[in-house]
Amino acid sequence: MSASGFTPPVLEVENLSIAYHDGVTHRRVVHDVSFRIDPGEVVALVGESGSGKTTTAQSIIGLLHANGRIEGGSISLNGTDISRWSDRQLDAVRGAKISLIPQDPASSLNPVKTIGAQVGEILRIHGVASGRDLEAQVISLLGRVGLSEPALRARQYPHELSGGMRQRVLIAIAVALKPQLIIADEPTSALDVTVQKRILDLIDELRTEYGTSVLLVTHDLGVAADRADRLVVLQGGRVQELGATKVVLAAPRSAYTRQLLADAPSFSAVVRTAPATARDRHPTSGDDVVIVDGLVQDFSRTDDRGKSFRAVDDLSFRVRRGTTHAIVGESGSGKTTTIRAIVGFQKPTAGRIEIDGTDLSTLRGETLRQFRRKIQLVYQNPYGSLDPRQTVFDIVAEPLLNFGRLVRPAREEKVRAILSRVGLPEAALDRRPHALSGGQRQRVAIARALVLDPDVVVLDEAVSALDVTVQARILDLLDELQRDLGLTYLFVSHDLAVVRQISDTVSVLKDGRLVDGGTVEDVFVRPRSDYTRELINAIPGQKRAAFV
Amino acid sequence: MTTFDTIHDDAIASARGQRAGKRFSLPLSFRRLPVGLILSSLVLAVAFLWALAPWLFTSYNPLEGVGGEQLRRPDASHLLGTDALGRDLYARIVYGAVHSLTGAFVAVALGLVVGTSIGVIAGSVRRRVDDAIMRLVDVLLSIPSLMLSLSIIILLGFGTVNAAIAVGVTSVARFARLSRSEVVRVRRSDYVEAAFGSGGTFAAVLWRHVLPNSLTSVLAIAALQFGSAVLQISTLGFLGYGAPPPTPEWGLLIAEGRNYISTAWWLTTAPGIIVVLVVLSANRVSQSFGKVAA
Amino acid sequence: MSGYLLNRLGQALFVLWAAFTISFVLLQAMPGDAILIKFQNPELGLTPQQIAEIRASYAADSAVWVQYIQTINRFLTGDFGYSVQAGVPVGTILAAHLPATLKLASLGFLLAATFAVVIAFVASLTPFAWLRGAIQSVPSLFISIPTFWIGIMLIQIFSFRLKLVPVINPGPWQELILPVITLAIPISAPLAQVLVRNIDDVLTRPFVAVARAKGATRHWVLWRHVAKNALLPTLTIAGVLFGELIAGAVVTETVFGLNGIGGLTGRAVGSQDAAVLQAIVVFSALAFVVINLIVDLLFPVLDPRLRTKAGATA
Repeated sequence: MSASGFTPPVLEVENLSIAYHDGVTHRRVVHDVSFRIDPGEVVALVGESGSGKTTTAQSIIGLLHANGRIEGGSISLNGTDISRWSDRQLDAVRGAKISLIPQDPASSLNPVKTIGAQVGEILRIHGVASGRDLEAQVISLLGRVGLSEPALRARQYPHELSGGMRQRVLIAIAVALKPQLIIADEPTSALDVTVQKRILDLIDELRTEYGTSVLLVTHDLGVAADRADRLVVLQGGRVQELGATKVVLAAPRSAYTRQLLADAPSFSAVVRTAPATARDRHPTSGDDVVIVDGLVQDFSRTDDRGKSFRAVDDLSFRVRRGTTHAIVGESGSGKTTTIRAIVGFQKPTAGRIEIDGTDLSTLRGETLRQFRRKIQLVYQNPYGSLDPRQTVFDIVAEPLLNFGRLVRPAREEKVRAILSRVGLPEAALDRRPHALSGGQRQRVAIARALVLDPDVVVLDEAVSALDVTVQARILDLLDELQRDLGLTYLFVSHDLAVVRQISDTVSVLKDGRLVDGGTVEDVFVRPRSDYTRELINAIPGQKRAAFV
Repeated sequence: MTTFDTIHDDAIASARGQRAGKRFSLPLSFRRLPVGLILSSLVLAVAFLWALAPWLFTSYNPLEGVGGEQLRRPDASHLLGTDALGRDLYARIVYGAVHSLTGAFVAVALGLVVGTSIGVIAGSVRRRVDDAIMRLVDVLLSIPSLMLSLSIIILLGFGTVNAAIAVGVTSVARFARLSRSEVVRVRRSDYVEAAFGSGGTFAAVLWRHVLPNSLTSVLAIAALQFGSAVLQISTLGFLGYGAPPPTPEWGLLIAEGRNYISTAWWLTTAPGIIVVLVVLSANRVSQSFGKVAA
Repeated sequence: MSGYLLNRLGQALFVLWAAFTISFVLLQAMPGDAILIKFQNPELGLTPQQIAEIRASYAADSAVWVQYIQTINRFLTGDFGYSVQAGVPVGTILAAHLPATLKLASLGFLLAATFAVVIAFVASLTPFAWLRGAIQSVPSLFISIPTFWIGIMLIQIFSFRLKLVPVINPGPWQELILPVITLAIPISAPLAQVLVRNIDDVLTRPFVAVARAKGATRHWVLWRHVAKNALLPTLTIAGVLFGELIAGAVVTETVFGLNGIGGLTGRAVGSQDAAVLQAIVVFSALAFVVINLIVDLLFPVLDPRLRTKAGATA
């Protein structure tokens, strides 16, 4: 927010157009994009997949994919157009004046080089330091980004560090030469929410200290709202809206931005209060359709000589018919293990699971197969959970074939009915998964789950991989289906904003243990554990409440 | 001699790459006309026609020489010259196609059927049986394939079919390993679990999902294996373990031509070029198979 | 670490034992037998009785399992049996033929590795797409040429046409030039293919973009980041390459008339000398196992990810 009229912008992008060529095809993915970043400012490039935000960011640092070309416009760094510079010229700029914090910390560090070597490399390339001096600088940088025992870390390899620690290392590299501009390309989307918050805080802190500008590329409007001074909203490679964060959030001018704001769960859930009471009018309420009692799941680790690892430890909860129960936790919390036991893919080490009055431990072979009609699972990644060789019709008809009680015409009718119920066009029947969009694929997966008329549907991060606008449509669909069919949902998610929006009751898991549980209101308004409080505070988009 | 492992991996890698799709990948368009592919298909088509109806392509007898026509240089009447007995080399190559190509077919079919069955069984059954089968496969792989074929040839005796079997056996272990890893990969996928989750029985899931999805890449590899089988069979023929003279098998032709290496260069050069062309074409065509199949 | 070592060693011994057993069974099932072939020759004029006595002296008539145990025991004590055809111990024959093959194979492998590295790195450094495509298609051409034909063509061109390499009475090193090239061409192809693919693969990984974002040049990234990551996985095909090296050596030695294991194998097959062939099979399995063992032990040294299993906690 230090835009004074006299200092030139750090970065000025004007009418930028970028296209990808591939043999004979030519596809323009960025159209006439213009924006500027003033010294010390944070500008967020917000958009869904295919919006051209990453391509734009890559072109600024001169690292477009080999078949990408800048076709028009300019990219000015401190008033000099660098958009047509050669690689050799750009090498002097990269790292020194513009640096990058990449998206995926897991694969962004060279696995066969030490952390110290990789941090030191940027100093060496630009001839800033060498020998002892370089070593000392590396260690001080690692300490600066909040890594404990920096001298030890410098000797370690990437695989010995957690995701959050690796992202800190990458931040250390990005700030090493105190560049004028840092491009942060989805810097936290691969991290757990609590880690995400700490990393974003760190970037903020270093940025203020060094006076660096930041271009924050993100799909998460909540993150952008919290961290950016100005927003650039992209859709289909065009700027839809551009302005100060406050102004855009309070009074969005473009229809697309309004849609994004309405669909972003971190914002909308604030509006919909106390969903539990609103939903409590189901006639069948009162009986528990899912009962989990003292669930324990151990896994033997082969490399540790028989020592086993406890993924889930003494977990109990109940779900009433017709309601939505959310299981919340970060990676490694045991939430996936729990639902795999509930749907009967895995025998629990101890404890009891009862679905609609059936004790799972009594089921074996054919009885287990028959039981599967009652409970169905929708996976996180619809592309992986649909057989690429089957048509949509075959996919949805298959469960009916497995319990072949319907004759062919009746089966066909049922498949068509359920597909239109989940909002898929008739034309999609003969397509294969690769010819569908992400949202359509997830609709197919939902249709497959519903075609057997189950009592319980387990949704394993079922909307996490989708863009917000698509996510919102799927969530609406799920809500509608629940009301019409009286379904019970078990909703597994790491995204508390979504959970707050759609569930009635919640279990919060950490390291395999239940740390909090109860109605949404109890958990979100009166959290009992520190961990739950930390999770809630980490939900991005909380600044917006102040603006609206 | 046996370079298929790496070629296999290539085909699979490219097939996977197509499926995975990267962050910036754009829909692949039809590039310029695939000249190489068309030429390769033509070469293979001609070779197969030679094998099916050699008499359509030459009027010379491949086995009986003409007196006074010995060791003629290539000219208008003898396209590729003649050998020491006055036999037309072009005719011998045309009539030899059937030996090389059927041999390769038998070898690939044997490896494919036996190897894939073993692999699919290993990939579908319980851990212990799987481990036992794969240990055996490892052992087979530890014997250099030429040693294995030679051992089998000693056992069965020389001849076209025996050479083909010997080559086929060496690929059994590779097919087994590949098809097992494909079955295991598909079995781990979400869609197979989803199929069980929607009430599928073991047999139904295996039939509907596991087999079709894992065997496509195995079939693509089988096509690729064809070229290397042609190579291996010609090698056995060259070493003298394949068809006996005067059969005009390509490897044997080259071996016979060696005796006149200083005087009649065409006797070794021509059949060799034919083998290279056929193998190159087979590899090229099967690569496009692999891409389509995936 | 020691558990890993023991496990690998156990596997290696198992493979060795099984390879021995398979070759034993295969060669036992042989219809013709070496003794009969040699002594039934009418020129020797031996009576069936005499043949039977000879057979007895070779223990050829005891039960198969007795022979099996005996053969294992002999192999373990370093006695590989007696070649009926040559009339000398197999060990002596092997020792006489091994040096030539070792020289050929190691030189061939070195040249092949050089070819492969040059092809792969030149291809990824070249700025022209057409040249890159041309270089990258070299391995698929190399893979399609029969080894024996390469040898014959080289002789034809370099010895007879250009008269660069003498055929008659070449020097000890001169004699190796063409065979080494012959062997190197087919061996370099899979190596180059794997390398090219690995380099392409590593170049798309995010850490390469990060290194470029630090300001590193293309060359810097290729040598300091891509090279090691691309070369490491090629070690896994060492075993396969070894098999090809053996096959290539057999063929090459036959073509050039070199007196190594390859030539020996050819003669053993021709005369159905089971003892020699079994020794060769077991020997090559042993070499295969040792090479893979070395690779297995080398991996943790070269790849830090395999050195420590436990990851750090946040």
